[in-house]
Amino acid sequence: METYGLHRYPGRLFIVEGVDGSGKSTQIALLRQWLISEGYPVFFSEWNSSPLVKQTTSKGKKKQLLTPTTFSLIHATDFADRTEHDIIPPLKAGAIVLADRYIYTAFARDVARNVDRHWVRELYQFAVKPTVAFYYRVPLEVSLNRILGGRTELKYYEAGMDLGLSNDPLESFKLFQQRIVDEYEAMVGEFGLTVMDATLPIPDQQRRMREIIKPYLRGVRRVRSSAQESAWAGLAREMRPSQVEVSEARGREQ
Amino acid sequence: MTKLSFYGIDAIHLKESEAILPGRLIVIEGTDSVGRSTQLNRLRPWLESSGYAVVDTEMTRSVLAGPGLKKAKEGHTLGPITLNLFYATDFVDRFENQIIPALRAGFVVLTDRYIFSLIARAVVRGADPQWIRSIYGLALKPDAIFYLKISIHDLIPRVLQRGGFDYWESGMDMRLGPDLFESFVNYQTRLLKQFDDMSEEYGFQIIDASLPIEYVTEQLKEGIFPLLPQG
Repeated sequence: METYGLHRYPGRLFIVEGVDGSGKSTQIALLRQWLISEGYPVFFSEWNSSPLVKQTTSKGKKKQLLTPTTFSLIHATDFADRTEHDIIPPLKAGAIVLADRYIYTAFARDVARNVDRHWVRELYQFAVKPTVAFYYRVPLEVSLNRILGGRTELKYYEAGMDLGLSNDPLESFKLFQQRIVDEYEAMVGEFGLTVMDATLPIPDQQRRMREIIKPYLRGVRRVRSSAQESAWAGLAREMRPSQVEVSEARGREQ
Repeated sequence: MTKLSFYGIDAIHLKESEAILPGRLIVIEGTDSVGRSTQLNRLRPWLESSGYAVVDTEMTRSVLAGPGLKKAKEGHTLGPITLNLFYATDFVDRFENQIIPALRAGFVVLTDRYIFSLIARAVVRGADPQWIRSIYGLALKPDAIFYLKISIHDLIPRVLQRGGFDYWESGMDMRLGPDLFESFVNYQTRLLKQFDDMSEEYGFQIIDASLPIEYVTEQLKEGIFPLLPQG
């Protein structure tokens, strides 16, 4: 087993982090389209999406079976499955892997739930260190407005209700998000996260993101059109999800 | 009383809450087919008839992760790190929801395996030994760990008697040989080495499991008796 920072693969790993409503998913989706159009072999992986682990996680959430420790462990299990299947093999093959949320999401949320800071970092030792880890920094009021604007209900764990910070889900959510932001800010130096100003116009952010990764693309082998076609097809499939997939994708964000 | 002493960290803040664990945590460890469950089935009535409330727990029995883990093992996509963490989730769910509450309530908790089998399996599957130990650092140090020790030579007839070689118990996910038997021998030899290496590190009380069943039970009883309240 290779540990964090010691993997040596020919591929590149770019990841985005930030609170819900920071706009990171929009940015990585735009980056993905651009990389495909440039002819790079691109693989995309998102948080909490392992088919092997999904049922256990959703059962735990629905029935409120999760403690902070098992919440942390089940997400690490999910991430391990994606690391073993979706991240390491394409990196070994020289591809570009993009991830929407990475281990820093776990560090921020779990520590916000009072999980031991050192323990959770040890737990994720198997993770590959990203080539570049972007952190979309946004003032809390802005992100709260963005997410709470279009919705009425917050889920139990999403709102951090398990912490007992407040009986009001909205109030609890705000307090929980503040803790998460504090953890992200502390990790900028610890892990060398690349801070992005998420209040800038979307195209400006995207331009900057591309500028930052360009130097890392040198030496990455581009693919021929057939592989490019299949990458586009994969993207198109995800852009037109069925109803079921939409509701699953929503569940995933927490 | 089980002391609030952990291998690594007190993840559920038992010390802060000044928890008292009047029960006893007794671990029976040993490799597959060594006779752990036979012994547990003999110890339980003995303890109960002496007036002790007994709870037993074993791997893949957690409410949270047991069913998902069993299902994942049936497929062909389960990688070693994922397997290890699925087991860790299962263990911690049982630890927090079965073992700790039972100890608080004064039960004698007899556990069929603890973190040691999980560490041994993980390391044999290429996990970093420090990594897996640090995850299980949140486990409470048991009042006693009885290790049923056996050689590969004595283990084989037991497996045959029980009906043959199982996929996972033969480490077939790693294919350590051209067939079940050879993979079993290679896998179990590696596991036994891990157990032996852990004996001193974790203070196992070693019991020779190649001896007759009744004799092993007697040895376990002798070891357990002084640990019991008013024992």
